Amino acid sequence: MISNNKMFGILVPIISVLLGLIAGAIIMLGSGHNPIRGYVALWNGAFGDGYTLGETIRRTTPLILTGLAVAFAFKTGLFNIGAEGQVIIGWLAAVWVGLVIDAPMIIHLPLSVLAGAIAGGLWGFLPGILKAKLGVHEVIVTIMMNYIALFTTNEIIRSVLTDGKTTTESIPQTASLASAWLQGLTLYSRVHYGILIALFAAFLMWFIIERTTYGYELKAVGFNQHASNYSGMNVSKNIILSMVIAGAFAGLAGAMEGLGTYGSISVMSGFTNLGFDGIAVALLGSNHAFGIVIAALLFGALKEGAGEMPTTAGVPTELVDIIIALIIFFVASSYMIRWAILRFKKEEK
Amino acid sequence: MEYAIEMLNIRKEFPGIVANDNITIQLKKGEIHALLGENGAGKSTLMNVLFGLYQPEKGEIRVKDRKVNITNPNIANDLGIGMVHQHFMLVEPFTVTQNIVLGKEPTNKFGKIDIAKARKEIQELSDRYGLKVDPDSKISDISVGMQQRVEILKTLYRGAEVLIFDEPTAVLTPQEISELMEIMRSLVKEGKSIILITHKLKEIMEVCDRCTVIRKGKGIGTVNVSETNATELASLMVGREVHFKTEKKEAQPGENVLQIKNLYVKDSRKVDLVKGLDLEVKAGEIVGIAGVDGNGQSELIEAITGLAKTNSGSIRVNNKEISNFSPRKITESGVGHIPQDRHKYGLVLDYSIGENIVLQTYYKKPYSKAKVLNYKEIFRKAEDLIKEYDVRTPSVYTKARALSGGNQQKAIIGREVDRSPDLLIAAQPTRGLDVGAIESIHKKLIEERDKGKAILLISFELDEIMNVSDRVAVMFDGKIVANVKPEETNEQELGLLMAGSRVKAGERNQ
Ligand SMILES: Nc1ncnc2c1ncn2[C@@H]1O[C@H](COP(=O)(O)OP(=O)(O)OP(=O)(O)O)[C@@H](O)[C@H]1O
Ligand SMILES: [Mg+2]
Repeated sequence: MISNNKMFGILVPIISVLLGLIAGAIIMLGSGHNPIRGYVALWNGAFGDGYTLGETIRRTTPLILTGLAVAFAFKTGLFNIGAEGQVIIGWLAAVWVGLVIDAPMIIHLPLSVLAGAIAGGLWGFLPGILKAKLGVHEVIVTIMMNYIALFTTNEIIRSVLTDGKTTTESIPQTASLASAWLQGLTLYSRVHYGILIALFAAFLMWFIIERTTYGYELKAVGFNQHASNYSGMNVSKNIILSMVIAGAFAGLAGAMEGLGTYGSISVMSGFTNLGFDGIAVALLGSNHAFGIVIAALLFGALKEGAGEMPTTAGVPTELVDIIIALIIFFVASSYMIRWAILRFKKEEK
Repeated sequence: MEYAIEMLNIRKEFPGIVANDNITIQLKKGEIHALLGENGAGKSTLMNVLFGLYQPEKGEIRVKDRKVNITNPNIANDLGIGMVHQHFMLVEPFTVTQNIVLGKEPTNKFGKIDIAKARKEIQELSDRYGLKVDPDSKISDISVGMQQRVEILKTLYRGAEVLIFDEPTAVLTPQEISELMEIMRSLVKEGKSIILITHKLKEIMEVCDRCTVIRKGKGIGTVNVSETNATELASLMVGREVHFKTEKKEAQPGENVLQIKNLYVKDSRKVDLVKGLDLEVKAGEIVGIAGVDGNGQSELIEAITGLAKTNSGSIRVNNKEISNFSPRKITESGVGHIPQDRHKYGLVLDYSIGENIVLQTYYKKPYSKAKVLNYKEIFRKAEDLIKEYDVRTPSVYTKARALSGGNQQKAIIGREVDRSPDLLIAAQPTRGLDVGAIESIHKKLIEERDKGKAILLISFELDEIMNVSDRVAVMFDGKIVANVKPEETNEQELGLLMAGSRVKAGERNQ
C-alpha cells in the first residue's frame, strides 16, 4: 500500500502534466495554430538561451517557497490560503530593513532576508493562534489576512517609505541578492542568489517533516488530533508552529522578490499571485519538498516560456494559462487518474 | 439445496500477505452463520470481497445459484447484500431518516425528495423488526447501539436479503448485545440470512446455526453449532487448546499507587458524570471497574489521563497530585493508558506501525536525539514488540490502517505495557480480540501486576472483570458504590450492584 501511494504521488502529476499539454495541443489545433511550433516556442522561451534560463530560474525561486508554504501547513492538516499575503508582507519587511539599516553585507543581507521570513511568519501566526485557541477556520482568516497585507503594504509604501510615490528607492548593494556573476553567466537576466535559499528551504522542509520530532508531531496532528493529544503532544502549539513556519517560507518568497528580482517594492494594484500559484505548485508536487521544486520549475518555465509563444508561433500567451489550469484540473481530479491506472494494471494481470 | 450466498475458493492477496487463501463459505437461506477466526485471519477481508469493496484474485461468488461479479458495493446492494461495518458510516448532524435515504433518496413526481414517505417506510421497517429507532433523532444524539440499528435499517431500506455483521457486539453493552440478538432472530424469522463475525463464542453458541472457521487465511471447515461447544470452537480456531480461566497467584498489594479522593468531572455537555468518587489502586493489584456504560467510567479515565479537566477532588499517582496536568506530564509521572477507542485515540492510522509504537516515546532516547528521529531504532523496537505481542502485520512499515482490528489493538497494548508504567489504565483492552489473544493479554496484565505495578481495568465484560481482577470496584452513577472480591461474589450480585441496589453494597462496605 505504501509503495502504491508513492507511485501514485509520482505518476499522477506526470500524467496530469502530459494530459494538460495534450489538451493544450488540441486547443492550439482547434484554433488554427501549429501545436509543435507552439511548444517549440514555449521551450525556447523557457530554456532557449542563458537569458531565458536565468529568467525561468528567477520565476521558479519564489514559487518553490510559496509551494513549501502551502505544503508545510497542509502536512498539519491546515489550508494555508494566506501565502499570498505572507509574500507581500515578507516583501515589504525585507525591503524596509534593506532601506533603513546601514550595515556591511554580511549582516545586512541576512538581516533583510530574515525580516521577510519573520514578517511572513507573523502573518501565519495570527491565523494559527486563532485556529488553535478559538477554532476559527484558517481558510477564512488567511483570506482576510491577504487583503490586510495588500492594503496595508500599499499604504506603508505611499506614506511611510516614500512621499506619496508608488515605488520605493532601490535597496543598497549590501542588502541585495542580485549577483553580477550569475547575471554575467545568463546574458544579464535577473536571476539571483535566492534560488540557493529556496533550494535550501526545500531541503529544510524535507528534513523537518521527515526526520525530526517536530515533523513527527506536526504530521500526527494533521492526521489525528485526538491521538496526538492522547500521546501528550500539544495540539495548539503544533498548529501555531506549522502556520508560523509556513508563513516564514512564504515571507522568504517575498524577500526573494524584494531583495533579488526588483530591489524595491511598488504599490500593487492586485495580488502578486505567487501565493495562489503556490497552492497549485504544492498540489502538483504532492506536498513533497522535492516534488515542489520540480513543480515550481515547471510552472516557472511555462510562465517564462509563454512570452515567446505569440512572437514566434502566433499563439496567444493566455494559452499557457489554460494549460496550467488544465494541469491543475487533472491533478485535482487525480481520483480519475488513479482509477484509470488501477484499471490498467488489472487488465495487465 | 439452494444457498442464499456461496463464496467458493476465494483468494485475496495484499502486498506481502495472502489474506484469504482458498476459503469457502456457504450461507443457507434463513440461517445465522458465524464466521470465526483469530485476529487477522481474514474475516473482514472475506466479507469486504462479498460486499464488493475488494476484488478477489481467484474464486467464485454465487447468489441464489447464479454466478455473480461484485465489483462495487452498489452491485452488492442490488443483489440484496447489506453490510453493517464495525466502524459506522453515518453523517452525524443528519437525522436517522436523512442518513438512511442518503444516496437512495425517494422522490415525488416533481423530482423533489419525499422525506415524509421515507420516514414512514423507515418507521414501518423499524416496527417490523423491533428496532425501536426514532426516525427523527439526530445521529449525534443517539447511543452507539442505536447508531448500529440505523446501519441495520439502512441495509433493510435498500432491500437487503443477506446481512453481514462485522463484529457488531464489540462496541455494545451487555444489555444492547442481548437486544441485538433478539433483532437478529426476528430478521431471520422474516426470511433474511445473516453472516455474523464475532470473537465471543458465547454469542455464537446462543444465536448461530452454523459456524465457519478460518485460520491464518485458510478455511478450516464449517460445523453445526448444535453439535459443538465453545471449547471445541476455540481450539478449532487457534489450533491449540485455549484456557478460558487465567491462572494467577494471590495478589500482594503494596503501597497506594493511584489514590482518588472526592473527584468530580463534567462531560462535554457540562453535566457532572463523576460525582465525588473515591478509588485506590495499590502496587501489585488489579482493580476492575464494573459498571453499566454511561455511569462515568469514560470521564473517570479521561480525568486520570489528562484528556478531560476535573472540577474538584484530588488524583494522586505515587503520592503526587496530577489532576489537571497535561497528558504528557501524566504519562511521565508513570501512567500508561490503553484507550477505549483505538481509532480515535490509540493510533495515528496513517502512520506506520513502527511510528505508532513510539507514539509516547518518540521524543526520548534512543528514538530521537537532539530532536532528530532515529528510524533505525524506532523500527528495531517495533520489530521486537510485534514479535512479543504477536501483532500480525506484513512489516513494521505497514500503515496501521492496513492491520486487522485485533492486531491494531495488540500493537497498542504492546506499546503501553512495554513501557511498564507504575499505573496502567486498561480500558476495554481485549475488545475485538480473539480468545487466544485475550488469554495472552490477560497473562501480560497479571505479569505486570506481579512486577508490582498497579492496574486499573475497565471492562463491560463481567467475565473479564471476574477473571483478571483482584478486587472489583462497582461504579454506579459517578461513584464507586462497592468494593468486592471476585471470589466472594458472582455475576448476579455484581449485576444488582451495578444497577444501583444499595442493600448489598451497604453490607459490603462495612
Ligand atoms: N487494505 C489492506 N492492505 C493490506 N493488508 C491488509 C488490508 N486489509 C487487511 N490486510 C491484511 O489482511 C489480513 C487479514 O485482515 P482482516 O482485516 O481480514 O482480519 P480479520 O480476520 O478481520 O481480523 P480481526 O478479527 O482482527 O478484525 C491481515 O493480516 C491484514 O493485515
Ligand atoms: Mg476484522
